[in-house]
Amino acid sequence: MRILNLLKIAFKAIVLNKMRTLLTMLGIIIGVASVIAMLAIGEGSKESIRNTISSMGSNMITIRPGTDDRGPARGSGGDVQTLTLKSFEVIKEKATLLSYVTPVVNGGGQVISGANNWPSTIYGVNPDYLEIKVVGLQSGSMFTDAEVKSASKVVILGQTVVDNVFPDGQEPVGQMIRFDNIPFKVIGVLEEKGENTFGQDQDDVVIAPYTTVQKRILAIDYLNQIMASAVSEDDAPDAVLEVTDILREEHKLMDNEEDDFTVRSMEELISTFSSTSEMLTVLLVAVASISLLIGGIGIMNIMYVSVKERTKEIGLRMAVGGKGSDILLQFLIEAILISITGGVLGVLLGLGATVFIEKFLHWPTSVAMYSIIISFAVCAVTGIFFGWYPARKASALDPITALRYE
Amino acid sequence: MSKEIIKIEDLKREFTMGTETVHALRGISFTIKEGEFVTIMGSSGSGKSTMLNILGCLDQPTSGTYEIDGVSMKDLSRNELATIRNEKIGFIFQSYNLLARTSAIENVELPLLYNSKVSTDERRERAIKALEMVGLGDRLHHTPSQLSGGQQQRVAIARSLVNNPVMILADEATGNLDTRTSYEIMSLFQDLNKKGITITFVTHEPDIATFSSRTIVLKDGSIMQDYKNHKVQSAAEELAKLPQENH
Repeated sequence: MRILNLLKIAFKAIVLNKMRTLLTMLGIIIGVASVIAMLAIGEGSKESIRNTISSMGSNMITIRPGTDDRGPARGSGGDVQTLTLKSFEVIKEKATLLSYVTPVVNGGGQVISGANNWPSTIYGVNPDYLEIKVVGLQSGSMFTDAEVKSASKVVILGQTVVDNVFPDGQEPVGQMIRFDNIPFKVIGVLEEKGENTFGQDQDDVVIAPYTTVQKRILAIDYLNQIMASAVSEDDAPDAVLEVTDILREEHKLMDNEEDDFTVRSMEELISTFSSTSEMLTVLLVAVASISLLIGGIGIMNIMYVSVKERTKEIGLRMAVGGKGSDILLQFLIEAILISITGGVLGVLLGLGATVFIEKFLHWPTSVAMYSIIISFAVCAVTGIFFGWYPARKASALDPITALRYE
Repeated sequence: MSKEIIKIEDLKREFTMGTETVHALRGISFTIKEGEFVTIMGSSGSGKSTMLNILGCLDQPTSGTYEIDGVSMKDLSRNELATIRNEKIGFIFQSYNLLARTSAIENVELPLLYNSKVSTDERRERAIKALEMVGLGDRLHHTPSQLSGGQQQRVAIARSLVNNPVMILADEATGNLDTRTSYEIMSLFQDLNKKGITITFVTHEPDIATFSSRTIVLKDGSIMQDYKNHKVQSAAEELAKLPQENH
């Protein structure tokens, strides 16, 4: 009953000063709207990065020769030959957290078909490769383990290669091509994947059995890398540790020796990119929070003016029986009403802005429920915090002085 | 013997101004009985305003006793004083003190908003009744700016009546009004007094005192005179005697 009456009084005061209230609210509205829009942009870009990386295979683990590029004067991974087929076999045999493993050898070369040619990269792998990279075939079929064993001269082409060496739209499967003057039979075409997050064309590849590439093209007996996929995304970090242990044992490294290989999971890549975009989000939110703070100061300012301006009214209210707490609550409710109404309008404006950004600027956005809840809570707290001192001041007035105030 | 509304005994009020002590009231005693119409007179500096503040429970005496409607003011907290003001006293001010841009009825409802025992419907009903009593039954939704000075003071009087106080306390209630209007207001006070409402009217104008049944004159913080007015003038009659205004 009492609160209801005070709410009525506070509401009345707000309605009597529509313009002033609206201008005061504007600070809060803009603050909340920008917090929500900024968080939506931040969340959106984070999600889009995560999606791209996931589409590359979020369970994927890569093992490269050589150490991390820390410290001075170390050769790049390609020069080091610490990964061998033996390493691959040991991992395949011992690792429990991996579902697929493939050796990888790769080299550049010219793909030639008739009068057409195209520079590309050939990847020598085993049939697990498709599972690890989460890619299917749009036509033809993958080579078999038997074909790997016999080092068959068969290839699977990426769409970019197909487009360039078969420009007339012929069916590539069954055709013969040459890679570095060695003839290969095309037995399949990969599904199109497009560019990855780093702008690399994932369709500009030629896939062949690793034995074929090792022996017939590169003439090497080591591996460029080993690719694997963890049983699940959650197991990826443990799988990294497991593989590290297996390889250290296989390489007979002493405890004080550094790894002569590097194991990375996609998860690490995701967190690297997420942390960049997270930092951006924090910056954006910091800027938005400042405007929310300024909005709060605006409320405090107007409440101070309001208390001063209505000193006589406060005196009258006290004379007719308003208690100090009634006056305090009245002004506090007024401040909270302003900030919460501003908060609601701000949330609506923020959502509107997010839709606008998504529709017209084509930026990925994602409104997080927590951003709405947080900014709303911040508004209420702002109202209480910045409304408290003016309200306190009003309630502490001496009724006699207040009544005589001109 | 009618009930004593106000009972004051040896009331003193001192203020400390720097190192000096100012004696605003130096031991005042009087009682006001139910149904009286008392004017408290005095020039400025006589302690009139201090007396009014204490009577209105806005201030507390330094020593002495003050009882209103049987309740002693001694050692009451700010909140308890507010409740007494809300339930027992109706205030009327020189400058009306109405809330701007707020309708007459909402202004009159104000004291009841601070009394949680009164429901919304009852509040409205009582406000309408109070406005009808002061002759503004047809101006319920006018805001102060749409009312004349006399009408505004009538709204203020209705506001003082709405909580059914034991006493109305008026502070120079006619000070801002011209002679004709102030006689109209005094006539209204006399009507209300005839209905049994106790009125204490603080003023410095001697002619206002002639309309009351008793006058207390203060000087330098003491009572100089306290006399019954045996020949109470009728404000309505005085009003009729005034020359007609030229329109």
